[in-house]
Amino acid sequence: MRTYRLLLHLYPAPFRHEYGDEMASILARRLRDASRPIGRATIWARAVWETLGNALLVHLDLLRQDLRYVARTLKRSPAFALTAVAIVALGIGALTAAFTVADFVLIRPLPYGDPNRLVQLWETTPGYLAMELSPLNFRDWMAAARSFESAGVSHSEALTMVTSAEPHRFEGAALSAGVLPTLGVSPIIGRAFNEADDAAGAPGTILLSYSLWQTEFGGDPGIVDRRIDAQMDIERDTFTVIGVMPRDFHYPSADAQFWVTTRFSADDYAPAERSNNWLIGVARLRPGVSREQAQAEASLIVSDLRRSYPEENKDTGARVVSLRDGVSVRSRLLLRALTAAAVCVLLVAGMNLANLLLARGLERRRELAVRAAMGAGRERVVRQLMTEHLLLAAVGGALGIGLAALGVPLLSQLVPSNLPIASSPTVDGRVVALAVALTALTGIAFGTVPAIRLGRHVDVDGLHEGVRAGGGRRERLRSALVLAEIAASVVLLVSAALLIRALLTIQGTDPGFGVNGVLTLRAELPVPQYTKVATRDAFHARVLHEVRALPGVEAAGFISFLPISRFRGGIWPVKVAGDADPSAGVRGANNVAALRYVTPGHFAAMAIPLTRGRDVTEADTQQRPFVAVVSESFARRYWPGQEPIGRHFGLAFADREVVGVVGDVRFRGLERTSEPQVYLPSRQVPDNWITFYAPRALAVRVASGPPSAFAPAVRAIIRHADPNVAVTEVQTLADMVDGDTASRATQVRVLGAFAAIAFVLAAVGLHGLLSFAVSQRTQEIGVRVALGAQPRDVVRMVVANAAELGAVGLSLGVVLAYAAGRSMEALLAGVRPSDAEALGAAVALTAVMLVAGTLVPVLRALRINPIAAIRSE
Amino acid sequence: MSDYREAQTFLPLQSATFHVLLALADEDRHGYAIIQDVAERTGGAIRLSAGTLYRSIQRMLQDGLIVEPRERPAREDDDQRRRYYRITALGAAVARAEARRLADLVKMARARGLAPERA
Repeated sequence: MRTYRLLLHLYPAPFRHEYGDEMASILARRLRDASRPIGRATIWARAVWETLGNALLVHLDLLRQDLRYVARTLKRSPAFALTAVAIVALGIGALTAAFTVADFVLIRPLPYGDPNRLVQLWETTPGYLAMELSPLNFRDWMAAARSFESAGVSHSEALTMVTSAEPHRFEGAALSAGVLPTLGVSPIIGRAFNEADDAAGAPGTILLSYSLWQTEFGGDPGIVDRRIDAQMDIERDTFTVIGVMPRDFHYPSADAQFWVTTRFSADDYAPAERSNNWLIGVARLRPGVSREQAQAEASLIVSDLRRSYPEENKDTGARVVSLRDGVSVRSRLLLRALTAAAVCVLLVAGMNLANLLLARGLERRRELAVRAAMGAGRERVVRQLMTEHLLLAAVGGALGIGLAALGVPLLSQLVPSNLPIASSPTVDGRVVALAVALTALTGIAFGTVPAIRLGRHVDVDGLHEGVRAGGGRRERLRSALVLAEIAASVVLLVSAALLIRALLTIQGTDPGFGVNGVLTLRAELPVPQYTKVATRDAFHARVLHEVRALPGVEAAGFISFLPISRFRGGIWPVKVAGDADPSAGVRGANNVAALRYVTPGHFAAMAIPLTRGRDVTEADTQQRPFVAVVSESFARRYWPGQEPIGRHFGLAFADREVVGVVGDVRFRGLERTSEPQVYLPSRQVPDNWITFYAPRALAVRVASGPPSAFAPAVRAIIRHADPNVAVTEVQTLADMVDGDTASRATQVRVLGAFAAIAFVLAAVGLHGLLSFAVSQRTQEIGVRVALGAQPRDVVRMVVANAAELGAVGLSLGVVLAYAAGRSMEALLAGVRPSDAEALGAAVALTAVMLVAGTLVPVLRALRINPIAAIRSE
Repeated sequence: MSDYREAQTFLPLQSATFHVLLALADEDRHGYAIIQDVAERTGGAIRLSAGTLYRSIQRMLQDGLIVEPRERPAREDDDQRRRYYRITALGAAVARAEARRLADLVKMARARGLAPERA
């Protein structure tokens, strides 16, 4: 019978207390009546079985009743219900959104077959750990390697296609035949590339991304074998569509819209190409081979390659990285910081919820005591409270998931664009499951304690007239919760302030050119006609002449690639007679420069200061001596303290004379240092030479008004000059520079929003605590006022409490914030975690929060009428 | 609300509830007696489990279909530990309404030849 009594514990306690004895006696009677052992065994089996079922049903009965009761009571206090739901929704929403992005970028397996065996291959040089591979080094590495089952290389490629009325430029990639088998991905329509497609001189073949297939070809199921005439950066070709890739295939980065083959020729394997690093390598480890083993092997192979080609491979290393870990350290840190901040928000929300529930419970003390006294029993009352708290959490959690779904697209700026995944995550099943679990956890952690706490005091005391709830332990618990809220919101405020300071520091960085009042675009010059310098020149001259004639245009000029645009490289070795350090070799970081070709007027259009000498001119033709305009850092590097004008150096296959010096430009973005720059006249290059650098990017400086207003006129001029030229990337220079800090700006906004939520919650928590304290001490205050206490004494009573909580919370928060700042120092762009301005701003805001939370309770305390307060006793 | 109207809101009754009402129709009984009565009337076809019985009893008490009388039946076998239950006026009305509902159903079935003619 003891076993059965244990079994009865499956029933809710009130039910068990009420009927347990009877049920046990019924079973005893039945067992007595059964004569044979087999009959008794059957009776036992039935009893166990029916208890399992009925216990669940009784629980459900109770739940139904409690829900009805809770719904009734909540309907009577909608403000409380809404507040509680909103608090949970904010907390769950923030964490769900943050986790969605973090999961998407850092955790979720990549959409490839057996993704754990996929690795990225990089070359390294001192100071740079992820350099692209050169074709020759890749070929030799793979010839010697035994760790890989398969491997392939890719590089970015852009095609200009006429799919609708106007030519359009699309970003994509060229893949060697090994890439798709290595990734283990097949097209959903058609076939993948084979070796023949990738052979030198093979006819062009193309695979379309799902989105390109949908948007440009209407999802035509008969797309295979369609021929597409397209313009590449330096040549023109016809591509036959051989298939369409799956929707979630994004390789090597999110913006790839199509894939063609690399079709390397003998030129790509010329000895000089060994130090031309431009290929992204991917490989699949053989089963049983670890990344570390592959790395060890790569190090050996590369040391051989260093010995065989000492000049080209000087200081070269090799690196094997898990494809999943291709996320930069900064992105990783950023997402971790974001998730930590969201956890903070959820904790603040949870503490606020607990506080709110405690306060409400104390207000309802008498009602709860009455219910308990009228036979509901304490357990029943606790159960109802729990139901209420969990219901509020559930509704809040559901709303929070909705909030997260709305918020995630706003966070997509935080997804690094160099990953082989889509650019924006979605809230999916696993995230929803996590949110549900978090909601349950929040409800249980922050709802159960108040329910049990309150239940413990549901007794006869609650029935006493004029009972003063609060005080003692509960007041201390609530104070501790508010204190923790204040500390957590200080941490978030300081972190947000630090990131804002970092953003301002970066945005305040002088890019080296005038950001405002400039329209930019790219004119994609079709080949083969534009491989001739004279053709390009005629186009440049006509367009620049007409653009400069537009009223309001101050200057205009073409350049190979604008700073902070998509292409930021173009680094060439420099040879200078009598160089201080000739032994540095071609790879030496000190002996390189960024190469750009420009037309006259580029420096004026970009407002890059010409500090010495002259700009390039139309007279700088092939027949004239080759000249160059260099940046100040270039002049300083090679001729420190000397006159640079008239000096000579070798770059891009020719000797050049310095005719001008301009200010340095941050080509690689505001947060990175850039190599010294060399600008060459657009005319001083032979036909068909380095056409990749042919000036295509146009910058137009306008006198006043929004530069984008000039876009239609400039487009029209280009269309008239040559209707076959595609105009792409039309934007203002200011937008382009803003884009460089967009992910930072998003990060600041997100953390700022989190801090704001925590800030408001903490203020609400403080307000609630103090208001409650005042209402509980109404009589005390009334008596004091009647005995002659002055208003300032009353104020002191309330404020002392707030000041104590504020001081402790603030100090705790500042210490924690410093620790948090230290851990995310890499994100701070040189701003110190102890930055006085950031700390000062956060402290000031916290003071505002303390005052705001204290104000209403103080006013309420001052308005207490002593006579009325004493009479109610 | 009239008793009739109120009784209608309980229909259709769960079979356990109906049987408990039938068991209590003629006299107050305790739990085990109800189980025995149901088993006897149905020839052993329905054997209420303790859980089902008390779950029904709890709901019926809340709904006011039965009560726990203060006075106990004057019987030799009265066991002081036992709890007795008594049908209320509402309970009786509900049982009658359910019986009528069932009878109407049977009448309809008979009209279609799906139930035996009255003996």
